[in-house]
Amino acid sequence: MRAVAALLAVIWLVPLAWALDTALKPESETTRIPVSWLVSGMSLDAFGRAFADGSLMAWLGNSLLVGVAVTVLTVAVTSLAAYGLSRTRFRGRNMVMALLVAGIVIPPQVLIVPLFAEIVGLGLADTYWALILPQVVLPAMVYVLKKFFDGVPRELEEAAVVDGAGRLRVYWSLMLPLARPALAAVAIFTFVTTWNNFLWPFVAVSDPRLMTFPVGLATVQSSYGVRYAQVLAAALLGGLPLVALFLAFQRQLVTAIKG
Amino acid sequence: MNRSGFWFVVPFLVLYAAFLIAPMVIGLGASVTDEGITGHASFVGAANYAELFQDPAVWSSLGHTLVFTVVSTPAIVLVGLAMALLANRATPERWLYRLAFFAPYLLPVSVVVLIWSWLYQPGFGLINDLLTRLGLGEVGWLSTDGMAMTSIIITTVWWTAGFGFLLYLAALQEIPRQLYEASALDGATPFQQLRRITLPLLSRTHQLVIVLQVLASLKVFDQIYLLSGQGGVPGVRSIVQYIYESGFTRFRIGYASAISYVFFALIAAVALLHFRLTAPKASKGAER
Repeated sequence: MRAVAALLAVIWLVPLAWALDTALKPESETTRIPVSWLVSGMSLDAFGRAFADGSLMAWLGNSLLVGVAVTVLTVAVTSLAAYGLSRTRFRGRNMVMALLVAGIVIPPQVLIVPLFAEIVGLGLADTYWALILPQVVLPAMVYVLKKFFDGVPRELEEAAVVDGAGRLRVYWSLMLPLARPALAAVAIFTFVTTWNNFLWPFVAVSDPRLMTFPVGLATVQSSYGVRYAQVLAAALLGGLPLVALFLAFQRQLVTAIKG
Repeated sequence: MNRSGFWFVVPFLVLYAAFLIAPMVIGLGASVTDEGITGHASFVGAANYAELFQDPAVWSSLGHTLVFTVVSTPAIVLVGLAMALLANRATPERWLYRLAFFAPYLLPVSVVVLIWSWLYQPGFGLINDLLTRLGLGEVGWLSTDGMAMTSIIITTVWWTAGFGFLLYLAALQEIPRQLYEASALDGATPFQQLRRITLPLLSRTHQLVIVLQVLASLKVFDQIYLLSGQGGVPGVRSIVQYIYESGFTRFRIGYASAISYVFFALIAAVALLHFRLTAPKASKGAER
């Protein structure tokens, strides 16, 4: 059993190891036949060139900006909505709940064409807003947080309300701190999804200066030509931050996916 | 009292209306017009819908999408389950399994496609090099439509099996250890424990993983579009890709919207079927 596990793990790691190996080779060695893992002159040069190229840093910067903006907006908007739905009974609440379920079923892929027409109509084409705003709508996250708030005993809140704290105060200084693990899960899940999202950012901007990392990397794939070491170095530099993030936040991510 | 609750929901509703309801309405409106690149649109009734049912490209891209879904889903689910069973034992190298199995899922699609098109290269590609060394011939992984679909599915299994792995792993860790200890005392073999304890207790997770996987597979676009060279190869084109091409390379906004709506109906039907199938079971569970 242990041998099978190790074998499967090795098979799963080989593509990544081979990409790293190629990125460490001099360009002239990358297409040599027969293939060999170790060649003379292996170095970090390709990584240096990928950094120096400038566009990689710009894409990563855009991905970070868009990822953080979408995450902050999502956590703020979904936690407010989840609190409202969990703790109050207002007119139209059932309709909002129905909208949530409907929103979970609508695949973003079917919206790209009309959404793009709308973004052009709003004058937002080729702006950061076009990348950020349409990615914020995450009904599933409201659902996850509402379930969490439902599980918080009401007595805690009633004590605070008796003390004269307003609803917004209760939300901000009592519920949000309590919900920290759930919020972290939502934040990490949102960030990973946004960072890796391809189709919408690919459609939404055509200005190369606004491209996120997945889109930029896909568009240069052909224009880098035969510089395989450099393009694989760029791919690894952009791909590995999330793997590092995962190692740091494993548990929250699992909670988010299960929710 | 508690009317104030409505205001908590307002920011969400504004975004929801602007970027979910509005495009749904715009798309429905566009789907009954001949809207194109000029922005000018005249009403054409159900013509787009009539056309799409006669369009061989709709049927072929739907076919590719279904083939992709039907072949990749069982593979991804089984590999994910196997990974979870293998990694769930208390060994010192457990962290390594988690990293190896889940790391690919965290990579953006363009990184995945770059790595795999590198592996699939003729001649100096790692896979063909191995085949040559073993005395087997080279395979043109991306050169024919049939092989390209196979290669796309292999890549997808590598990329996304980690998702099911994580869900299964979490479910496995919730199974009480006593069940295994007690059954071991009764002389159960590990294989019997797997068949009689582990797999039955994972049934809810099976359902969840399969449904999420089917829904995700039906929406496939990224890896097919990128691995087939971004040119829209008709032989592997998925339905979402056909929507993309109709809207953004042929600029037929109206027609693309009509296909989107029919596709949405298909997805909604699968989701409803899932709710229908699981709802009675869930209530039975609650009674116990």
